[in-house]
Amino acid sequence: MNILMLGWELPPHNSGGLGVACYHLSKALAYEGATIDFVLPYKADHSEIDFMNIHHATELSPTNRYGMGAYDSFYAIDSDTADSDSPTDIRGVQRRYVTFVEDMVQGTKPDAIHAHDWLTIEAGMRAKEITNAPLIVHVHATEFDRAGGSDGNPLVHEIEYQGLMMADRIIAVSNLTKQIIISKYGIPADKIEVVYNAIDISVFNDGYNYDMRTYKYLEALKQEGYTIVTAVTRLTIQKGLSHLIRAVAKASEKYDKLVLLLAGDGEQRNELLELAAELGISDKVFFTGFVRGKQWRDAYSVADIFVLSSVSEPFGLTALEAAHHDNALIVTKQSGVGEVLNSIFRYDFWDEEQLADQLIGIATSSALRESLKQNVLQEYNQFSWTDAAKICLSTYSRAGEVAYA
Amino acid sequence: MSKERGIVLYLHVHQPFRVRKYSIFDTATNHDYFDEPSFDTDRNNERVFRKVADKSYKPMNAVLLKMLETHPEFKVSLSITGTFIEQAEKWGPDVLDSFRALVATGRVEIVAETYFHSLAFFYSRTEFERQVETHKAKIREIFGVETSVFRNTELAYNDDLAKWADGYGFKGILAEGWDPILGWRSPNYVYKPSGTKDIALLLKNYKLSDDLAFRFSNRGWAEWPLTADKYTGWMDASTTDENSDSIVNLFMDYETFGEHQWEDTGIFDFFGQFVGKWLENENHTFHTVSSAIDSFPVVDEVSMPNTVTWADNERDLSAWLGNKMQHEAMSNLYALESDILRTNDATLIHDWRLLQTSDHAYYMCTKWFTDGDVHAYFSPYDSPYDAFLYYINAIRDLRYRLHNDHGTGGLNG
Repeated sequence: MNILMLGWELPPHNSGGLGVACYHLSKALAYEGATIDFVLPYKADHSEIDFMNIHHATELSPTNRYGMGAYDSFYAIDSDTADSDSPTDIRGVQRRYVTFVEDMVQGTKPDAIHAHDWLTIEAGMRAKEITNAPLIVHVHATEFDRAGGSDGNPLVHEIEYQGLMMADRIIAVSNLTKQIIISKYGIPADKIEVVYNAIDISVFNDGYNYDMRTYKYLEALKQEGYTIVTAVTRLTIQKGLSHLIRAVAKASEKYDKLVLLLAGDGEQRNELLELAAELGISDKVFFTGFVRGKQWRDAYSVADIFVLSSVSEPFGLTALEAAHHDNALIVTKQSGVGEVLNSIFRYDFWDEEQLADQLIGIATSSALRESLKQNVLQEYNQFSWTDAAKICLSTYSRAGEVAYA
Repeated sequence: MSKERGIVLYLHVHQPFRVRKYSIFDTATNHDYFDEPSFDTDRNNERVFRKVADKSYKPMNAVLLKMLETHPEFKVSLSITGTFIEQAEKWGPDVLDSFRALVATGRVEIVAETYFHSLAFFYSRTEFERQVETHKAKIREIFGVETSVFRNTELAYNDDLAKWADGYGFKGILAEGWDPILGWRSPNYVYKPSGTKDIALLLKNYKLSDDLAFRFSNRGWAEWPLTADKYTGWMDASTTDENSDSIVNLFMDYETFGEHQWEDTGIFDFFGQFVGKWLENENHTFHTVSSAIDSFPVVDEVSMPNTVTWADNERDLSAWLGNKMQHEAMSNLYALESDILRTNDATLIHDWRLLQTSDHAYYMCTKWFTDGDVHAYFSPYDSPYDAFLYYINAIRDLRYRLHNDHGTGGLNG
């Protein structure tokens, strides 16, 4: 089966979970026998990827591409004056991506076109028009999720709506996302398949050993009996981090030995710094800036509790990564990953008191902490990327029948 | 000795005082652990009581009273927990009256147990005995009768418990008729617990009991729908033994009728028809637990060195004391015993005892979560972890009250 896979990023040049999910899904599909042509909007060395053909739509470098990240839909504007050579003009890059795909599909016909999120939906629609191949739109996040409760960018909504209407089948990463697609975009439920993200723990078996020197001060605090709470996340409104900081402040009123490690960066950082100061807990909140590699994994390893505080999180792969690194998990009820885990605490993203209570409960009871850690380890990798790939393959076939009918 | 084959129907009546969403911000501030303010949740005890009263207690008591009035041979045994009676006094005096009316017929026996439906036997023998005494006194006060046969919470039974009950003076005790213990023996006889002098053991016929309690409304069950004719036939087959008469011990939760099996499954009609059908044969009767013990000889001794319960496939205490959280919660609670009792603070002591009800530990059970069988988790909480969290906060508040109001004990985090 020949698949035209339209993506926006792949590790190590990913700005979040989208690239990770695309990588593992493609790899699992390839192992299931699919031939994959994967289109990226930038040029980078991916010679270590041997299971699919990678095409680059532009000569742009992935390294300095502020404004064209997978999560920067907020900045997208349609403007005739926009300079489409500038990597900061996401619409310009998208137009060049579409042109590249148009040229690429001339005279060929893939068995399925698999487009990931609004970023590549337009290219997917054009490829479908030209080849008449079935289009599968994979929704990792909608503009409603990225906007974190506000309205979001109407231009992006429009692109998403068009793509969802035109798609032969839709894949949503959780029931939560499926419900948003139904209620906000008016798409019939039977057109949508839920395919959860998985975690490929083999990538974690790379000889990694936790390095206690990375977060040496936090280790010293642990020796003093402190509990380390962490969030590994972009610092952006969607992630509900101001509620998390307020909850830590609230918890600190009752139980002093709690600190919060925020591993990641984003446009909300200064606001969060100020908030922590305003609440008088600056000494309890640690900002790492953007982390990857060892620092990234050590952020999970140093932690006792991982909180996914998102206002709206289609899936939330970081929760599975945190489970792998022996964390007790607290996840908002507005996060899709909660659908595949039972041994976790859940709370509504706005319920700071509930979160504070759960934090103190875990910090002060070893039985609770150990139960959560041990039990979630038994469930976090029950669903595999191979399972996900198999559902995708049957979705392609089903979409083909619809498209040709 | 009786020449009749008899059914010993024993129903267990219980409601716990569930802990509300009780956070660390309530701890040391509010002491109302059991007063969930929201009426929209099954943590609200009044809501649950009223719901179950309408669905189960009122209609089933009406059916039972009708059976008692229609059939002079009909008898039934009930165990009614102290926590249930307290709730009925608050939220359903009419429900309590309907139980009184049953007992007044003289053919309804009340079975003894711990007032607080607790697992105290496994933690503190003195506390356990106090709760048995309290229950006896409450039954005397409400119904004007004495109890003489004992059942422990969740039918949790072992040889030590039997010896205790024997020494205490009970004439009988109830347990699960579990195959690995009985081997080739049938639960349809009266037995004697090993190492006892003067006490009889009645064993639940779990196959025939569970046909009603668990399978009655299951459309996937090969025997669905269960009719009175069919069930009476099974009962007949089960008690047909050329050597002697025998009994069938049908032990189950009272709430089977109307709450676990809803009225629209036909459970009430079925029950009335079944009682009539069974009594059509003049060699058939019903027994209370005491009259069964009086009417039939002991056929053999049974030993259960390890605790056996009537729960789950495992028939053990793993649903209550199977994980670290449950052990921590219970050991923390019972560790307060001497400090709490020394205060003579009746409200504090009562709150401590209400937290002993076994349901609290059950809500913390994770075994279904790790088995992936989440649907088996019946609880008013989002998860076992939430159940543990609110419960531990309540224990912390008990410590605070000891510390603050009575100057005893430490806070211990």
